[in-house]
Amino acid sequence: MIAENFSYAAPSSIQEAITMLHEYGEDAKILAGGHSLIPMMKLRFASPTHLIDINNIPGLSYIREEDGFLKIGAMTREVDVEDSELIKSKYHLFGDATKLIADPQVRNFGTLGGNLAHGDAANDHPAVMMSLGASVIITGNEGSREVSLDDFFHGFYTTAVEHGEILTEIKIPVAKGRFGSAYHKAERKVGDYATAGVAATLQFDESGVCNRVGLGLTNVSPTPMRVSRAEELLMGSRVSEQDIAAAAKMAAEDCSPSEDLRGNVDYKRHLVKVITKRMLTKALGRAK
Amino acid sequence: MIKCKTSKEIGGMGHSKKRKEDARFIQGKGNYVDDVKLPGMLYMDIVRSPYAYAKIKNIDATKALEIPGVIAVVTGKDLEKYNLHWMPTLMSDTQMVLPTDTVMYQAQEVAAVIATDRYIARDGKEAVMVDYEPMDPVMDPFEALNPDAPVLRSDKEGKTDNHIWNWKVGDKEKTEEIFSNADVVVKQQMHIPRIHVASIETCGCVASYDKVENHLTMYMTTQAPHAIRTVIALVAGHVGLTEEKIRVISPDIGGGFGGKVPVYPGYVIAIAVSFLTGAPIKWIEDRSENLQADSFARDYHITAEMAGTSDGKIQATRFKVLADHGYTDASANPSKFPTGLFSIGTGSYDYGAAYMEADAVYTNKPPGGVAYRCSFRVTEAVHAIERMTDMFARKVGKDPAQLRMENFIKKEDFPWASPTGWSYDSGDYHAGLQKAMDAIGYDDLRKEQLELRKEGKFLGIGISTFTEVVGAGPAQDFDILGIKMFDSAEIRVHPTGKAIARFGTKSQGQGHETTYAQIIAEELGIPMEHIQIEEGDTDTAPYGLGTYASRSTPTAGAAAAMAARKLRDKAKKIAAFLMEVSEEDLDWEPGKFFVKGAPEKSKTIQELIFAAYTNHPPGMEGGFEAVHYYDPPNLTFPSGAYICVAEVDAETCDIKVRRFVAIDDCGNIINPMIVQGQVHGGLTQGIAPAMYEELIYDKAGNILNGTFMDYLVPTAVESPSWETGHTITPAPHHPIGAKGVGESPTVGAPPAIVNAIVDAVSHLGIKHLEIPVTPFKLYKELKAVGYFNETA
Repeated sequence: MIAENFSYAAPSSIQEAITMLHEYGEDAKILAGGHSLIPMMKLRFASPTHLIDINNIPGLSYIREEDGFLKIGAMTREVDVEDSELIKSKYHLFGDATKLIADPQVRNFGTLGGNLAHGDAANDHPAVMMSLGASVIITGNEGSREVSLDDFFHGFYTTAVEHGEILTEIKIPVAKGRFGSAYHKAERKVGDYATAGVAATLQFDESGVCNRVGLGLTNVSPTPMRVSRAEELLMGSRVSEQDIAAAAKMAAEDCSPSEDLRGNVDYKRHLVKVITKRMLTKALGRAK
Repeated sequence: MIKCKTSKEIGGMGHSKKRKEDARFIQGKGNYVDDVKLPGMLYMDIVRSPYAYAKIKNIDATKALEIPGVIAVVTGKDLEKYNLHWMPTLMSDTQMVLPTDTVMYQAQEVAAVIATDRYIARDGKEAVMVDYEPMDPVMDPFEALNPDAPVLRSDKEGKTDNHIWNWKVGDKEKTEEIFSNADVVVKQQMHIPRIHVASIETCGCVASYDKVENHLTMYMTTQAPHAIRTVIALVAGHVGLTEEKIRVISPDIGGGFGGKVPVYPGYVIAIAVSFLTGAPIKWIEDRSENLQADSFARDYHITAEMAGTSDGKIQATRFKVLADHGYTDASANPSKFPTGLFSIGTGSYDYGAAYMEADAVYTNKPPGGVAYRCSFRVTEAVHAIERMTDMFARKVGKDPAQLRMENFIKKEDFPWASPTGWSYDSGDYHAGLQKAMDAIGYDDLRKEQLELRKEGKFLGIGISTFTEVVGAGPAQDFDILGIKMFDSAEIRVHPTGKAIARFGTKSQGQGHETTYAQIIAEELGIPMEHIQIEEGDTDTAPYGLGTYASRSTPTAGAAAAMAARKLRDKAKKIAAFLMEVSEEDLDWEPGKFFVKGAPEKSKTIQELIFAAYTNHPPGMEGGFEAVHYYDPPNLTFPSGAYICVAEVDAETCDIKVRRFVAIDDCGNIINPMIVQGQVHGGLTQGIAPAMYEELIYDKAGNILNGTFMDYLVPTAVESPSWETGHTITPAPHHPIGAKGVGESPTVGAPPAIVNAIVDAVSHLGIKHLEIPVTPFKLYKELKAVGYFNETA
């Protein structure tokens, strides 16, 4: 459990960090919370030669509503999300999700930006953020660009963040009117990655018609996914019990889990169906 | 409430004293092996095999030795020069220290890298190039017995198969006769999976050989320091390391659970390298090495049968076992007991015939068979009998509690001769189960279960009423490598009435520094706060076989009481001398002798001890010391009645333990708080194999869950709020009537949990579930009986 040799730098600005990334090349990695990267280094599954620690860079940790968006700084810790009054008052699925992420020690240090930038479909925030229709701000030498999460995950541990770039912010359209959201994952024990997880977001207009919907799945596809077919079904509907059952069935059909110690394909699809039904029902209840 | 004979100040038996050792542990001031730092110390890391079965064609250390700070790379060929490449196991089998030509399991030691620091040693390990020629491993113990299976132990002359031994006990003919005439027979194949103790502290050592004095000091994570000293002397005597030149120090230990009984190759390599270099060698395993290479526990495949009458009287049981030992039998059992004390498997029930048979086989898995918080295979036996009792009850249509009540051995029938040869010392099984049923509200739960089923909700109630057998053991039957399994205590009392007592056992969290002091306080009347307890240094402690299998209280605890009684007898003589009365005229109350009928005429124990140094009777030896080696006349038989209430989510198959009541009978209780702590920990280690833990290998011999990411050790979150209680049936033959409690909960909990889960879904046609019962496994089983097809 000892990593290979690496150098360590702790820049104090984004620009300095980006310069270092260019200077050190492909073998440099950004260190945020470190709770995915460092275990991989200790097992020697990852051996970056340079670690660029961005914990000293000010201004990357915040949760605020601004210009019609909920904006979350990339270095915001899971525990800050857990404790945020703004989050607790409106965006309930974060509360559901963060309390299922690892353990308190990890949540004290793990960051939301890191959870996304790691590019692992087993992480919880990809599904949560996708169901919220989030996008991310990626900063590089040429300035910043915004990428929808739908286009963010390219493959196993690979994302839209190019070398020389840093994920700096998460942007989510603010909740309006009757808004409800929920997240749950089945896990073998506390702190485990999901056997299957589902994030559901619903928003309704004055007349009770659904005008915003998101359904994201955790760890049942090679890259994080949303269930577009089910979202289309629910959008514009009143989200009846039958609609929920149909959406749950679609989620089970459209995901593509693989067999591992957590379960076989059949069991995971079954869980996706059950949890989708439960989370849509819960989100609907919260939207009242 | 437990009645105490001593005052709170003296703090003898029955007082919930806080643990004396906790002051240093909670302040981070414990002293573990990895805290030992010696001048000039070098560090060792171990190259391990990626294959389960392979020829070693070449080991190239060139690149490793080029790394600045790498001192040496040691291979089996190097050890062969000193005839140290093989070592004996506790079961008189043989185990490689380092291989010269073949590796037998994934993660086996292949070479050792010695470096000036731990980080360089790790880099050196990565740089050692080993050329393997992989072979097809034998992973399935049943396939290992096929005539065409490769013979794994071709190193053994004349070995033509993978069979290790056959063992049997009981009356085969009588049992068969009952089975062939019985109204009802139930039969079930079950696997008690391979699991790991997964103690918080991994294994390790600092071997420090002094070339000038020809003396080895071995700091190591061992539960049995004296036995280790003798083993080292037996193995290394030929190179001049004789027993008086060896000092084994077992410092604070972060959990043992049986996993720190065996001698692992790493210890031996460290000793060999220190012997050759004269430098202290530190070796500390990392978590994955500990999980993947160190001794496993369990791994018994059991075919269990029970016969009885249609009105629910148990008449006979028959167990057939296939034991998967990995590539060598490195079990930690008493020598005459290859299956440990598995023959306790007739349980708490009164019937006349049983037959048990076991065969052990070699496979390409790590060696072991340690008694994981278990008195040598008792957990396997209890699982079989308690599952079968439930299956039998279901078959004859009786409530499992009622059936148990009707079949229990009666309180007045003790001592009771079991069909497999044990003499159960004492017990009150009816009282225990009744207390557990009252505590949990058994009858109401049965009603609730039926109500919930109408709503499609699954609730199950599971019972386990087990009998343990601990305290190994009486010298006529129990030895390890010939050394009898007595244990010892030595008490030295200083002139001012304060004492130090030393033991041949070794606490790994059991709280000996507190409980032994309480036993001595009980017998001698010295306040327990003033009795210092020391274990784990073979230079100072009397000889003993260590702490495992719940044996410390039954053996060393008894020795403490007996040694203290010798001192009390001496004090009485001094008292008679000082008060000028005859000994017969004196009475004892904790802390003082007084003259019968004149209680104002008395001498405190402190006064008498002082006199032993300042004014002892003519002809009496001065000083105030005693030693006792205690050879128990029988084992002790703790028992328990556990009831688990489990809820199963009818859609996701999630399993939640709603309540768990554990009523233990460990005889007289030394420290109720420590007993409760032991039970809490043991129950959590009972829920572990029942619902979470199993070491899983694929057909190629790869371990699939060799880290804590996938080897699922339950935490406080998975544990219900344990509800504990006790009945007290003192052990009649034990000086303080105690029986031992450390492993009862680990042994008794798994079948209670599984019985509860089976009970929750039994109406759907489920008769048995293999452990660990995970939601995934339960889903597959329910699907197989058509449940999810109907609800889909």
